[in-house]
Formats: sequence, C-alpha cells, structure tokens
Amino acid sequence: MSSMPRLMQGNEACIEGAIAAGMRFYAGYPITPSTEIAELAAEKLPKVGGKFIQMEDEIASMGAVIGASLAGLKAMTATSGPGFSLKQENIGFACLTEVPCVIVNVQRGGPSTGQPTLPAQGDVMQARWGTHGDHPIIVLSPSYVREVFDLTVRAFNLSEKYRVPCILLMDEVVGHLREKVQLPDPASLKIINRKKPDLSKISHYNPYQDYDGDGIPPMVNFGEGIPYHVTGLIHDITGFPSTKPEVTEYLITRLMRKIYNNIDDIVEYEKHFTEDAETVIVSFGSTARSAIRAVKILRSEGEKVGLIRLKTIWPFPRKAFRELPSTVRNVIVAEMNFGQLIETVEAACEGKFNIFGLNKYNGELMSPDEVIAKVREVNKNA
Amino acid sequence: MEERIEIRLSGSGGQGLILAGIILAEAAILDGKNAVQSQSYGPEARGGASRAEVVISSSEIDYPKVTRPQILLALTNEAFNRFKDNMAEDGIIILDSSIKKEDTSNKIIQLPIIETARKDIGKSMVANIVAVGVITELTKVVSRQAAEKAILSRVPKGTEDLNLKAFYAGCSLAEKLA
Repeated sequence: MSSMPRLMQGNEACIEGAIAAGMRFYAGYPITPSTEIAELAAEKLPKVGGKFIQMEDEIASMGAVIGASLAGLKAMTATSGPGFSLKQENIGFACLTEVPCVIVNVQRGGPSTGQPTLPAQGDVMQARWGTHGDHPIIVLSPSYVREVFDLTVRAFNLSEKYRVPCILLMDEVVGHLREKVQLPDPASLKIINRKKPDLSKISHYNPYQDYDGDGIPPMVNFGEGIPYHVTGLIHDITGFPSTKPEVTEYLITRLMRKIYNNIDDIVEYEKHFTEDAETVIVSFGSTARSAIRAVKILRSEGEKVGLIRLKTIWPFPRKAFRELPSTVRNVIVAEMNFGQLIETVEAACEGKFNIFGLNKYNGELMSPDEVIAKVREVNKNA
Repeated sequence: MEERIEIRLSGSGGQGLILAGIILAEAAILDGKNAVQSQSYGPEARGGASRAEVVISSSEIDYPKVTRPQILLALTNEAFNRFKDNMAEDGIIILDSSIKKEDTSNKIIQLPIIETARKDIGKSMVANIVAVGVITELTKVVSRQAAEKAILSRVPKGTEDLNLKAFYAGCSLAEKLA
C-alpha cells in the first residue's frame, strides 16, 4: 500500500528514500541547507536497527561512510558546498577502491561559505570533477519532493550495482520545499544489493578480479572471514599496489567502462513537447520546474518550445540531444550558476543548434517569466 | 490556466511564520488540493526578515515559489514595506494593527493579530496561529475543519488547546469584519 498523501520536505523525502533503499549507516556533519537530513537520520535510523554518527567534520564523515560500506552496510552522508569540498579526497578514495556509497549535496550559493540559506546550482562541475584523476561517478538531480525519494533509492541501487559513489545533487529549493507527496509501497520498490562472489567456485578470492567480465568485481564485506587490502594507490586484482603500466591502464579502463558501458541503464531524462519544437530548454533540479511552467505558458500561446529535464547529470545524457528532431534550431541551457553545464550541452549538440545560456546566480530561483523572456529573445534573434 | 492561489506570510524570524505556512499547506492537502510550502530566511535564527510562502492549486504545481500573491500577511513594518507592492491585482493585504498603514493599490485589512495573541490568549508566540485563523475565515482558502486538523497534527504536544484557542480567536477577528 502506498502511503496517504502528506506534506513532506525534500530533505525528509531523502531520508525516507534512503531507509527504504536499505541505508543503515549515516555519518555526517550538519550544514545548511542539508541539516534536516542529518536530524532525521539521527531520529529514524535507530528505529530500524541502523547507526547514526555525527563526526568531527566532513572529511571524517566521508571516511566513516566508506568504512561502514566496506563492512557491509549501505551508507550515506549529506552536506552542502563547503562540506562537499572537504569530502572530495575521500570520494576519490571510494571511486578507486570501488566502495558503494551515497553522498547528498544540497547546493547553496558559493564559492566558499557563500550564501548559506540561498539556492544555487553551482556544484555541477564539482560533482563530476571535484576529486582528482580519471574517475567514474554518477550524479542524479531531483526536481520534485517525490522525485527526491525516487532518486535517493536509485542512487543506492546504482551505487551498489556498479560499486561507485553516487551523488544526489539537490538544491536548497528542492531540499527545503514542502510538497504533497504519496510514497510508494516499500514492497513495490526494486532494491539492488552489491554482488557477492560465489565462494564455492573460487579457490582464492581476489577482491578486484573481474570474475564475471562485466567490470564489476564481486564484493566480500569486511568481517565475513576474508581479509583483503584496500588502498588508494593503483592496485592489481589482489588489492595490493602496483606501478606496472599494464595494471594501471587496465584498472582505470575498467573503472571508466563499468559506467560508460552501461550508460543507458544509468541515464534518465524527460522530454516535454520536443516532437515539433523549434527551441528546446535544458534544465535540472528546481530550475526545471520554472522551465516547465514557462514551456506550458508559451505552448498555450502557440510557441513551439520544448524541454529536456535531466534527472541524471553525470554521466551526461548525450543521447537526449541526438534524439532531437530536425525542427530544433535553438537550445537554451537554464541553470542557477554562471554557466557550467552549457559547455557539455554544446558538445553533445555537435554544432547542430544555436546554444544559449540562461543563468541566474543571485540567490533566487529563476522565475518562469525570466525563462519566457529568454525564449522570446532567442526566437526573435536566431 | 488552472486556479492557483499564492500566499505570502512575512515578518521576522521567531514569529512562527514557517509553521503557519506548513499548517495552511497541510490543510489544503486535507481539502484534497495540491500545495507546496517554501521559505526564505537569513542566517539569523531569530529577528531577521523571514517569510513563508504557500501555493495552493487544484492541479500540478510546477513553479513552487510565490511571485504575486493573492494574500499577503505582514506582521512587521519591514515586511509590509518590502512586499506591499508585489501583489496580484485582486490581492488582499492582512496587516497587523501595530504597523503603520500606507496606501497601496491593494485592499488592506488591518487586525490586532499580535495583540489578540498576547492579551486574549496570553502568549504572543501564538500570533502565527491567530493569523492562520484570520486567513482561513477571511479568504476560505482552506476549510476550517482542515485547518483545525492540520494545527493539531503540527503543533507541539501539550499545546493543542492553546493553539486551537488562538485559531478560533483569529476566526472571530475575521468574522467581526463581515
């Protein structure tokens, strides 16, 4: 049975989704506008046999999450810009050591301490490249409170399936918004757990051996009787460091391919009114809600405008742009930053369309009127 | 376009405006409508400018923020001056009696919301719930039963009677206008 409709905050939906997905460990350090996630984790996790710990800072929180996941629990942390910066080193460690975990970033204005109580979408590129070196990562971005629940479940599922950190990139508007929500029946949810090795068929378990040929090594949890080595150094299938070129190349290639070979399974986006559109807006998170409102108003006036709403930001859904019909001439990238995703969109459009940025970075959510004005300006000039 | 009602509750931090917004949004849901509630606040917990916003609609709510409200509640001078000129054409302004009224193009209804909470109920902190009563009775934007139910589910345990009393006091203030 799905729940009765009720008023729920985005940050609350995140915790509901996490617990439904099987999260049983949360480590964090509270920061606006993500603090309700930590508060609710502290309240709800003990009731389902889980653990909550407030660590001394964000760096330690990320370390605790990695440790808990290695020991077999689904683990999460939540933060905002300044804390997300601090977590990057350990996020890189989780990428290389292939430890499943979910990191929530409820974006606020930056850089630095920035605008603690105001919304922004300025961490789009940091979510992809915040930690150094070639690494895979999955980034999801919800626009609605109900979608916060759905994408939190999905973040855990993808993280467990591909053994990769998954980032839920929210923004202050979606995190603090209270909205009418009806949660699904927990029994109806598809929950994915990390793949375990069939130890009856393996004489000696190598923690980073690709036994199944899918690039995802099966994982034994710490404490289950098979000790193994986990290091942030480049390692071979035994888990021990190696400087050999072939080992280095093999590992990085496998890490990237396990994500990029499964891109159709990972990327999600919605298309609205794109079939005959001349101008298409691209957006995500709360900004996409302003864009859909603008598109509905413009359509009612006969304007041929459509929208691509990204639910997965990284890996980037290039397919969405290949699918656009030949009627499209203009693409407008609407984001609450100075212009971050626009270059990736431009690359995905392969020179077929005129690209325009619609950027707002004053701490206020972009309004439908601003989107409408931009569409009119673009249609007049291009 | 579908019917969309925007409500802005404005004042200062600590006046319970966010709770009032939550109660109105929850009441609208109990009435079978869609509702979203959002807020804007400064880094201060108390004393800074604070506002809560509610959008109620019979259909899906895309853009969740308030731009030109049909209903503005202002409990401080600062809030009134900041928001009085950003109203829907037919919007009404509900103003606390402690605030100096200035002319605007919108209808202003001035009521002793804070004083009622302090003198009649004995606690100025329930001014937010008095305001919920005023808005409910004056605008019928939510039903009285739904508002009562939402108050009971959202106020701290042990304060139910106090808050219901504040709600009815707010309803009476509005009834006297009719």
